[in-house]
Amino acid sequence: MAKPIIDKSKLVATEPEYPLTTMAVVAPIVAWLIPGGGHILLRRYGRGILLLISVVAMFLIGLGMQGRIYQPNGGDILDILGFIGDVGSGALYFLARIMDWGNVMAANAAADYGKTFLIVAGLLNFIAAADAHHIALGKKP
Amino acid sequence: MNINLSHFSAAVVFALFTSIVFGITQRNSTKEQVQYGLYCFAMFVGGVFVAGWVMALIRR
Repeated sequence: MAKPIIDKSKLVATEPEYPLTTMAVVAPIVAWLIPGGGHILLRRYGRGILLLISVVAMFLIGLGMQGRIYQPNGGDILDILGFIGDVGSGALYFLARIMDWGNVMAANAAADYGKTFLIVAGLLNFIAAADAHHIALGKKP
Repeated sequence: MNINLSHFSAAVVFALFTSIVFGITQRNSTKEQVQYGLYCFAMFVGGVFVAGWVMALIRR
């Protein structure tokens, strides 16, 4: 018996479509500016508060450990990457710049850890903002 | 404000908050989020112990 011929060009994965809504744009922006804000805006209060506590705590611990806040000076590539990580904390980063917090050079291991805490807080907030975008799109409950 | 954390306590605090965010963002249901958060925390802290022993053995 001959095998049935399957036209592979017609085999298209039927992935559901997620239309881009206003909330799908606003939620990640709010989530970036205020850690956990996107989830709270989308009525995921528990998740939002936990994200807020986690990111803010990491940022404050980083500052408390005399971590350095990077500036957008455009010089060394590592400085640029550090700035991208730091700016992920949104309003916290701008507040720190305005108040001149974290304007120190790492002089010991603790300060180096503090710098890492600050960068990771921002990167985690970027992940949280992406998560808020997915929730607003309907990709995630 | 000046916070003095030891290497180990800094690693545990880092693991705690990172695991919370990973759990919330990488899984869908609440049960899965808790399980994945605990898994990440265990992996982070377990990694600290493994790295500590590796460094201690290299130093000998």
